[in-house]
Amino acid sequence: MRIDLDSFREIADALVRNKSRSLLTGFGVFWGIFMLLFMMGGGQGLKNVIGANFEGFATNTAIMVSSQTTKPWKGYKEGRYWNLTLTDVERLKQMIPELETVTPVISSWGTTIVRDNNSFSGSYKGVYADYVNIEEPQLKYGRYINETDVMQERKVCVIGKRIYNNLFPEGGDPCGSMIKVGPVYYQVIGVDFSSGNMSISGQSSETVAVPLPVAQKILNRGVNIELLCVTARSGIRMSDLESRLRQVIARQHVFDPTDKQALFFINTEQMFSLVDNLFTGVNFLIWLVGLGTILAGVIGVSNIMMVTVKERTTEIGIRRAIGATPRDILSQIIMESISLTLVAGSFGIVFAVQLLRLLEKIVTASGENPGGFQIGFWTAIIAALLLTVLGVAAGLAPASRAMAIKPVDAMRDE
Amino acid sequence: MLIELKDVNKTYNNGQPLHVLKGINLSIDKGEFVSIMGASGSGKSTLLNILGILDNYDTGEYYIDGKLIKGLTEKQAASYRNSMIGFIFQSFNLIGFKTAVENVELPLFYQGVSRSKRHQMAMEFLDRLGLADWAGHYPNEMSGGQKQRVAIARALITNPKIILADEPTGALDSKTSEEVMQLLGRLNREDGVTIIVVTHESGVANCTDKIVHIKDGIIGRIEDNREHRSSMFGASTIMK
Repeated sequence: MRIDLDSFREIADALVRNKSRSLLTGFGVFWGIFMLLFMMGGGQGLKNVIGANFEGFATNTAIMVSSQTTKPWKGYKEGRYWNLTLTDVERLKQMIPELETVTPVISSWGTTIVRDNNSFSGSYKGVYADYVNIEEPQLKYGRYINETDVMQERKVCVIGKRIYNNLFPEGGDPCGSMIKVGPVYYQVIGVDFSSGNMSISGQSSETVAVPLPVAQKILNRGVNIELLCVTARSGIRMSDLESRLRQVIARQHVFDPTDKQALFFINTEQMFSLVDNLFTGVNFLIWLVGLGTILAGVIGVSNIMMVTVKERTTEIGIRRAIGATPRDILSQIIMESISLTLVAGSFGIVFAVQLLRLLEKIVTASGENPGGFQIGFWTAIIAALLLTVLGVAAGLAPASRAMAIKPVDAMRDE
Repeated sequence: MLIELKDVNKTYNNGQPLHVLKGINLSIDKGEFVSIMGASGSGKSTLLNILGILDNYDTGEYYIDGKLIKGLTEKQAASYRNSMIGFIFQSFNLIGFKTAVENVELPLFYQGVSRSKRHQMAMEFLDRLGLADWAGHYPNEMSGGQKQRVAIARALITNPKIILADEPTGALDSKTSEEVMQLLGRLNREDGVTIIVVTHESGVANCTDKIVHIKDGIIGRIEDNREHRSSMFGASTIMK
């Protein structure tokens, strides 16, 4: 390759001479790289949006809910109602030392929350201080419920983001203000801004959390609890503990341990791995389709270069006769092939980036979804490098055919 | 001797072996203006291809300026062609999408001469052939005679030892043919360029100083034609 302005002009000339042909051939490559990058960005963004739903949620968590039994057991008929109780907390801690946290939740839906003239209908839940191990709050103001609040049964609460926005439209630190939840006044001690959607008993942004003994008394629940949340110690898989957890609970509440319906068991680990698997599959498809399309485009380039070489047999023969080495011819054809793929591909990259930017703008406009649709800078660079390599590959076969042209062929081809 | 061929043989092996050149012995001195004449199938094109290092031969020896031309790699052949030989073809063989001056520049491009230098040289040569005004035109905008003159400028630009012309007037009318031959004659006389013309037209051959007749792959008569009396253009020939 002679580095000369004319070499580049010649390449440009060659591509421009057959405008529509270059355009159509380039389109294949353009579309391929566009598809790959756009789908990569789109897939990443979608994963971020879905991942945001799990935000702040411990990945090694299980939630247990009691339900009607479906199997007869020890003289009891099926269809019996039973309840998880506060004693189950200590029992599980004793019996299964692999559990790190065992914490109960009492909840109630559709509670009216009032401050002055503002009211909001949200959910209400009573928790212990160690509930933070299950669902990590993102405290904008104040603190979360602590041991002392629980022990002294203080009437304090932590409110979610939307409740805060509705009850305190003027903004500012609401800690210390009193709000009325149901029939009782509570003092606000914190605001939880976490936006995850996978919250227990209602979205955390619409929930008022109070110390569990307070909720227990106000809702008149006795020892019954709604949910039992557990996390396993690190390195222990929740799914390995499931059957033992069922055993312990079933023995206490006298139902068949194999009765899966009686104890509803949600394992977040499984849900996370489900989503992960889903996106592994999606990514695989993206690469398959994207690379396939690029490859089809590149084969098109190779084909058209083949035609070009055939058409230009005489020209190449003349060049050879007046002193072009086979290497000169090789580099000319390969450079044309690279230029075609690279120019078309660059448009594809730019188009994909612009479209992803637009998409990101639309998705994040509401402020509720995270972005992350845009492909990385280095992804684009690697894509450009990939195009160059593919351009060389596409040029190889036509170039070797061009090199086989003897100067004599030009004269015969009159 | 500038060119020396010693017992050169060439056989084509396309299906049936075809012995085209059967022991060619030929010497051409520097500054000669020679034509090689023969009917089609006589082997004159093959001889030209060998002289122009476009094709190789089987046995024998071929020297240009004392250099043995045999068993060259493609790269060596290309560089010899570029530096020692200038080609003029019957159908001009200009590159259609390049202007006259770009066509003339091309051999220098492959020599690696800088852009401005080769442009300047190409303009000089076009000027010498009276085509300076046509430098920016494309081949399809020029007449046959002009195209052939551009081709001659392209052949001359590398200052080659030999100019090989393959039927240089084959695509031209008789008047233009004569002009082109006169131009070649002038280049030979004034600049001392060695020119070998391959033709089957006696009128063309008559313009040269020496006529080599080739028949059935063997050199026949070598005619001294310094008087240019062998046959005139248009006279006593069927063609032109």
